[in-house]
Amino acid sequence: MPLYETVFVVRQDVAQTQVEALSTQFSDLIAGMGGQVPKKEYWGLRQLAYRMKKNRKAHYMLMNIDSPPAAVKEMERTMSINEDILRYLTVRVDELEAQPSAMMRKSDREERGDRGDRRRGDREFRGDREHRGDREHRGDRGDRGDRGERPRFGRDAAPAAPAPESSEVEGGTP
Amino acid sequence: MSMGGGGGGARRPFVRRRKSCPFSGANAPKIDYKDIRLLGRFISERGKIVPSRISAVSTKKQRELANAIKRARFLGLLPYVLR
Repeated sequence: MPLYETVFVVRQDVAQTQVEALSTQFSDLIAGMGGQVPKKEYWGLRQLAYRMKKNRKAHYMLMNIDSPPAAVKEMERTMSINEDILRYLTVRVDELEAQPSAMMRKSDREERGDRGDRRRGDREFRGDREHRGDREHRGDRGDRGDRGERPRFGRDAAPAAPAPESSEVEGGTP
Repeated sequence: MSMGGGGGGARRPFVRRRKSCPFSGANAPKIDYKDIRLLGRFISERGKIVPSRISAVSTKKQRELANAIKRARFLGLLPYVLR
């Protein structure tokens, strides 16, 4: 049977227990149609990167599924009917991850209860800013010009060119 | 063949280092739409996907990466635009 990963996003007003209930509802449905759900993973109430139907936060649930396609289709249909579910994404995968996914590994460090959520959000933003690592990028943007002009001249020369030549040119340019 | 000849626009000569793809090699990270910490390194401060000529990601991996970023965006894990 094909393997799938489904992530669904639930409105923020819904309680965690209800989200769990939803996931068991879906896994029962899958089981009823001859499949199985080896792993379920609750990612918590996460900050959304942008507003989704007026929600700034949402619950995330990941399910690993091993079932016939018909069951997945039926599950997606019920998800689309449920108004608490903002979005769902089902991806077919070659292998199911047995260990906690990247999301859990990451949030293990940051997650601390419900109150921590706000702070977590802030931290994430800060993290992004640091990550910009755009210092690197700036350096690279210089390169871009170079490449644009080079191709006509000496594309073949680029990899072979030895370093010492550069000093000569340095003398010449100013 | 001097590199200086080609780089007419460059003020200082440039020794190009061959950058290698961050997703190929022995213990390269796996591209996964759930790993937003990893994907976050490949979006610009505007939220755009960083071109592979800058990030040095190979063409094949860039396609995979773009796909993963788009999935993460759809789920609200990554932004479409950052202001």
